[in-house]
Amino acid sequence: MMLRKLFSRNKRDEKGTAQGVTAQEGSDRETANKTEIPADNSVDVPTQAGLFARLKQGLAKTRTGFVDRIGQLLTGRNIDDSLFDELEEILIQADVGVTTTLELIGRIRQKVETERITDSSQVRELLRAEITALLSRDHRPLALPDHTPAVIMVVGVNGVGKTTTIGKLAYRFKQGHAKVVLGAGDTFRAAAVDQLRVWADRVGADLIAHQEGSDPSAVAFDSVAAAKARQAEFLIVDTAGRLHTKANLMVELGKVYRVAKRELGRELDEVLLVVDATTGQNALSQAKLFKEAVPLTGIVLTKLDGTAKGGIILALANELRLPVKLIGVGEQMWDLQDFDPASFTDALFN
Amino acid sequence: MPFSTLSSRLQETFRKLRARGKLTEKDVDEALREVRLALLEADVNYLVVKDFIAKIKERAVGHQVLASLSPGQQVVKIVNEELTSLMGGAQSRISLASKPPTVIMMVGLQGSGKTTTSGKLALHFKNKGHRPLLAAADIYRPAAIKQLMVVGEQVNVPVFSMGENKPVDIAKAAVAHGSVHGNDILIIDTAGRLHIDPELMHELEEIKNSVNPHEILLVVDSMTGQEAVNVAAGFDQQLGIDGVILTKLDGDARGGAALSIKAVTGKPIKFAAMSEKMDGLEVFHPDRMASRILGMGDVLSLIEKAEATFSEQRAKELTEKMRRDAFTLEDFREQLAQIKKMGPLDQLLGMIPGMGRSNQMRDLAVDDSHLKRIEAIISSMTVEERRNPDIIGGSRKRRIAAGSGTRVQEVNRLLKQFNQTRQMMKQFSEMEKRGRKGKGGFNLFR
Ligand SMILES: Nc1nc2c(ncn2[C@@H]2O[C@H](COP(=O)(O)OP(=O)(O)OP(=O)(O)O)[C@@H](O)[C@H]2O)c(=O)[nH]1
Ligand SMILES: [Mg+2]
Repeated sequence: MMLRKLFSRNKRDEKGTAQGVTAQEGSDRETANKTEIPADNSVDVPTQAGLFARLKQGLAKTRTGFVDRIGQLLTGRNIDDSLFDELEEILIQADVGVTTTLELIGRIRQKVETERITDSSQVRELLRAEITALLSRDHRPLALPDHTPAVIMVVGVNGVGKTTTIGKLAYRFKQGHAKVVLGAGDTFRAAAVDQLRVWADRVGADLIAHQEGSDPSAVAFDSVAAAKARQAEFLIVDTAGRLHTKANLMVELGKVYRVAKRELGRELDEVLLVVDATTGQNALSQAKLFKEAVPLTGIVLTKLDGTAKGGIILALANELRLPVKLIGVGEQMWDLQDFDPASFTDALFN
Repeated sequence: MPFSTLSSRLQETFRKLRARGKLTEKDVDEALREVRLALLEADVNYLVVKDFIAKIKERAVGHQVLASLSPGQQVVKIVNEELTSLMGGAQSRISLASKPPTVIMMVGLQGSGKTTTSGKLALHFKNKGHRPLLAAADIYRPAAIKQLMVVGEQVNVPVFSMGENKPVDIAKAAVAHGSVHGNDILIIDTAGRLHIDPELMHELEEIKNSVNPHEILLVVDSMTGQEAVNVAAGFDQQLGIDGVILTKLDGDARGGAALSIKAVTGKPIKFAAMSEKMDGLEVFHPDRMASRILGMGDVLSLIEKAEATFSEQRAKELTEKMRRDAFTLEDFREQLAQIKKMGPLDQLLGMIPGMGRSNQMRDLAVDDSHLKRIEAIISSMTVEERRNPDIIGGSRKRRIAAGSGTRVQEVNRLLKQFNQTRQMMKQFSEMEKRGRKGKGGFNLFR
């Protein structure tokens, strides 16, 4: 219960220990907002044919964002097929995917009919409600168990932000004065261990590492043993990025989990799949196959400070019922936030 | 796979369309609805899809249907051709500076694969007899410099680093270092950054202005979704990129980003990265990417595999035989032996559109042991019988079955299959003669 009290911060309303952090977050987001590319799009795009010219216009339009577009779209219009077509366009362009988009729109169409809605601005509320409901259905915050060590394993394809997320998480836990151990389970990628070591030093966490090229399960085993022996409150285990389609690497990942679990004597508290917000429909395949290899408990959506909307999490929630737990909004250690379905949905609209 | 339903639906639509003389608007609409879905599921940008479909429709309506193709297949053929040409028609290479060193600058979003790709590119040039130098200009990500040094070691290419100095100074010093040490190619690995980060984008401009790179290559993750267009346009507008390298294609991403990027920037995709290993850099094939995006299976890889196995000369002879309709069971046996050399059958079949995923294929149950039996049957025939299978009557069949340890039904089935194959090949070669560029993937023995 100590832990829970210490770390249940970061809900937008509880500033608490995160005072300085929140200020940083605020200023960071501000700069991000200011840097939006202007919509006038006067820069020269090399064009081949009329197709490119038309695309250019289209792109200028997308830049104004999901956000304003839904607002513009849904005020003072007839509720007709073309309105739904445009809604479909906006959702697909946010990477929501065809299946989930069509389902969402189907449900809204039905409501419009049964509730005899004629005011187009109400459609906006319907859509907001549908999306929030979808994201809330399986929503659970990051597990902060009473027992120690709380063990978190981080998995995902190459380059999505696993190691950085671990650094940020460790920073968060250290803010609460917890003892944190990091396990350098990426023994494959060049300098991956050094990268995690920099983070460990930066935030003041312990690092358990073996040589490059050694067995990641052995690292997991030693990390759990060390976390127990040192009475750490948290252990976070990094893993090498791997494509979900590589069967042998997925088997290896399963083994890392089982070894950690056996040494711990229970299931790990969190197995987080890191998904880059820029990812398209392939994230579904990633989640499916990682879920077959290890018991995923949730998703971390990174790089939301870019222009991608991360709409893929709607598809993940819809088709795989995987909750998003954390979001990454930058490269600094404080650029990690708890996922909140309502504010994420608002961010899509405001 | 999330796409299997879609691509089988696509196949289904095409099967349903009956062969007619001309494509009607309705035929085209029906087929294009599925093509549109396939493209969107492959992450091709919505606006690109919209434009593309409109263009295809214009071209397809009223188009003559080739006798051997159904309207649906015809539409796919047009779609495939347009996709291929939109993605760049021919392969493009990295141009080298007339006065060395050729400076190549690698740019892209965080995590797209710049460092690994830099190493692969260095190896690519080294294998061609060049003396590349890598420069570590990512001073932000922890241990990024170390990563490039390890990569450099792996490919045995020197790495220039200057700690966490300003990237523009590192780049300038690297050029100087390269000219002194006789390196004719310099590859600068820059930090990943967002295209909307003005400070970091300015940093790239500074590097560009001070070292005058010959090529600025944008490294893009093939799993990228709808934002690929904005990312590519952002980098291109601010820096003027010369080409794109698509990474992580060894996964199952359909890679629609490739099309989107080509469509908005007009810049060629120069390489495809297919492995975490250092030799996993391949020349980009627009035609293969087209069928991958469409979910149509990698027909062209199959053809290339076949080509690599069959000798050029022999392939010509076989094609000629087919034209003359003189294809015999002996040729058939030789072909089987070749196919066996090409690799496990199920893998090969997976590359044929609609095959890997359809249940139909399972019914055919062509496995390797089946192949062995077929070979045994053919071996039990006389030369005469192989050359002229029409003479094989009831008693010959019994003898062949006994000789090969099989049953008469199996012999019958083989003869039937052989005749069908012969029929099919005749059709293909006729189609080819009719002058369509044969890019449809049918001329296995090109
Ligand atoms: N803009 C932004 N960049 C991020 C975010 N999270 C991570 N990154 C960057 O993405 C790049 C890759 O991050 P890593 O943490 O190394 O990713 P990884 O998944 O551990 O990569 P591998 O171990 O190589 O598979 C780094 O440059 C990070 O700084 C984020 O939320 N926003
Ligand atoms: Mg990592």
